[in-house]
Amino acid sequence: MNRFATLIDALVFMPSRNGKIRLLADFFSTTPDPDRGWALAALTEALTFNEAKPAAIRQLVAARVDPELFALSYDYVGDLAETVALIWPERHDRANSLPPSLPEVVDTLRAAKRAQVMDLVEGWLDTLDSSGRFALLKLITGSLRVGVSARLAKTALAEWGKVDVGELEECWHGLTPPYLDLFAWLEGRSERPAAGHGAGFRPLMLSHPLEEEDRAGLNPADYSAEWKWDGIRVQLVAKGGERRVYSRTGDDVSGAFPDIVDHMSFDAVLDGELLVARGEGEVASFNDLQQRLNRKAVTAKMLQEFPAWVRLYDILFDGDEDLRGLTFLERRARLERWYGAVQPRRMDLSPLVPFAGWAELEALRENARENSIEGLMLKRRDSAYTAGRPKGPWFKWKRGALTLDTVLMYAQRGHGKRSSYYSDFTFGVWRGDELVPVGKAYFGFTDAELVELDRWVRNRTVRKYGPVREVEPGLVLEVAFDSVHPSNRHKSGLAMRFPRVHRIRWDKPAGEADRLETLQRMVVA
Amino acid sequence: MKVCPEGLYVEPGGFYVDPVRPVERAVITHGHSDHARPGHANVLATSGTLAIMRQRLGEGAGGAQQALEYGEAIRIGDVTVRLAPAGHVLGSAQVVLEYNGSRVVVSGDYKRTFDRTCAPFEPVPCDVFITEATFGLPVFRHPPDLGEVRKLIHSLEIFPERSHVVGVYALGKCQRLITLLRAAGYDRPIYLHGALEPICKLYEGFGIALGELRPATVAVKEELKGALVMAPPGAVADRWARRLTDPVVAMASGWMRVRQRARQRGVELPLVISDHADWDELTQTLEDVGAPEVWVTHGREEALVHHATQRGIRARALALVGFEEEGA
Repeated sequence: MNRFATLIDALVFMPSRNGKIRLLADFFSTTPDPDRGWALAALTEALTFNEAKPAAIRQLVAARVDPELFALSYDYVGDLAETVALIWPERHDRANSLPPSLPEVVDTLRAAKRAQVMDLVEGWLDTLDSSGRFALLKLITGSLRVGVSARLAKTALAEWGKVDVGELEECWHGLTPPYLDLFAWLEGRSERPAAGHGAGFRPLMLSHPLEEEDRAGLNPADYSAEWKWDGIRVQLVAKGGERRVYSRTGDDVSGAFPDIVDHMSFDAVLDGELLVARGEGEVASFNDLQQRLNRKAVTAKMLQEFPAWVRLYDILFDGDEDLRGLTFLERRARLERWYGAVQPRRMDLSPLVPFAGWAELEALRENARENSIEGLMLKRRDSAYTAGRPKGPWFKWKRGALTLDTVLMYAQRGHGKRSSYYSDFTFGVWRGDELVPVGKAYFGFTDAELVELDRWVRNRTVRKYGPVREVEPGLVLEVAFDSVHPSNRHKSGLAMRFPRVHRIRWDKPAGEADRLETLQRMVVA
Repeated sequence: MKVCPEGLYVEPGGFYVDPVRPVERAVITHGHSDHARPGHANVLATSGTLAIMRQRLGEGAGGAQQALEYGEAIRIGDVTVRLAPAGHVLGSAQVVLEYNGSRVVVSGDYKRTFDRTCAPFEPVPCDVFITEATFGLPVFRHPPDLGEVRKLIHSLEIFPERSHVVGVYALGKCQRLITLLRAAGYDRPIYLHGALEPICKLYEGFGIALGELRPATVAVKEELKGALVMAPPGAVADRWARRLTDPVVAMASGWMRVRQRARQRGVELPLVISDHADWDELTQTLEDVGAPEVWVTHGREEALVHHATQRGIRARALALVGFEEEGA
């Protein structure tokens, strides 16, 4: 448990993705089996046992600590698991009893009846140190929340074992904790475990943005076009009775979309865009879709208000037949045939967009102003479905962004490499003679521009609130964004999608920045 | 004894302990800036504290300075004054006051953990114990300091190309951490922010070996890769730190015990090393001095007063203002 606890601590504080990968790799290379495998299972939420409720943990601590002292401490710390981990009175005879190993904790918990769990936990709390207690409490309450997704863990494993992450994905689903065969393979002691597949995630094929110079070298006749929908990319896997919805990074989000899972009564692997419907077959805004994201469970009300469906654009497996080696046109034909035969509810096909040449396509792209469309996808007709982001077969061609001249209002310090810079900018537009904030952006500028922005912020600060500085209204930021929606979360009543700093208008007086009415007119209902 | 706007006033002696405003006569427990303030006419403290005050405050260190070593006694007015080691930083002292057959001890800031850079805390039995409570909540338990230092050394091993910049208070924490690193076997040069150098020199003058120290300010960027750099807490996440390559930001402080607090400060590697007593040390000290009455000066008073009251001790919070968290 100690090594696992140390890892959890380090992950909690590590802000960068690469740093997390390094910590995981170090852990995998220095921790023996089966400890590292159980840790991997805990991190990827692949463990199931009777979880403990917060109320039961409060009861445990109430028997050990003066209630007033506990209340004062909880007030100060704010997190239950952390307060209990820190306040739990250490026994002086602790040195005589060995803290449990992670495998011991997992094995015992998996075998335990619900009624036994808290007794076990109490005994362990007495033998662990505070980091160990924190890790244990997080483990038994069912979520570690240390910023490690399944995808990140796999990336770390792949980097450490010097294998391609796609290869790892191929065999991932056949593996079970504590993953002895996986570690044996990654350490070069055995062959890659058999591709168990089943309902596992298949690595996605991704696209490149289409640049002006790319287009010159492309023959439009080689490509098919589709709309690029403003939803989230998902992979639907229905295999051998199991049904999964995966995000584009391979995280299992099935729990959030029972309305999709319910209708996956087929045997196939499909690629498509998850959207929320409004009325008959109409796409609701991304804001509505966001109501459904990042939830482990959904209420009946949400299912009714924000019904999900999937707009399909590719098929990877039909039954046991792997279609990934076929060309795009062949797969498209198979998808249409499959769809016609199965007629799944809550799913439709993303139509192909016919076009004769670049000029026509460009006009189509510019005239598509519905919120649900982000632009166009171009897919090479003779291309196979290849994992990763190969350059050439798939391009995304987003429609031009909207822009607005805004005034910088607040700046906040960044994180990691940017921790000494004011790099997160809140900007506003004029309503009458006052500024109302309309969004926040933290990219779109170069490192050299960041140095200048940072200096400007430090010299024009009028007030400080912790890490945030309010600046005088004197700098115009031309902000680019994909679309704008009504929102009751913001004072201005509007929320931008993907705002980024397009240009810094050092030359433009703040008084000439845009007004709120201008932004309101950009809202597409 | 009474609490005035200037601070804690010892009436029969006509002097203040750690006053926050300039006064005629002051007894100073230790050199941190919230306790040793400038502009007093007469200052009494240990020679260590006086040396620190002269270095930090220059002319402001006091009109007349009188050194009183640990164990020596002096009479001021009707009061006998003695200084006992507090174990907080070099020169730090508790003020032991005797008047009319009763004894009051003002702890100043203190800790009970072993520290190579200062004399260990001496519990003095008394009638009234006036204590700090910076870490006066039972969630504050400082782990063994060598273990924390090993975490730092381990991180230097995992990230050998990244500078490790440790936020430390210039007086006390910096030098203690260096001696801990040396004790753990770290013998490479340690790079210092300019603000830390004078106090390190002063400590060395008092016979505390710190090993090879180099200024971080003139060191070339290449040399700082994988090096250990120490800087005041305010500098580690600010412009000064830009000279470092992709630094690991560490902070050595008792506050690092609470994860959220460490994360708010952007700390990647929290080191729970404090020069203040933790909860167990505070409560143990109340037992050791056996005082029937306890006053709590600053910190999280409420919990310590509650604890003392439950143990049958008359306790109250003085809520002295002006004491910040330097040296925590």
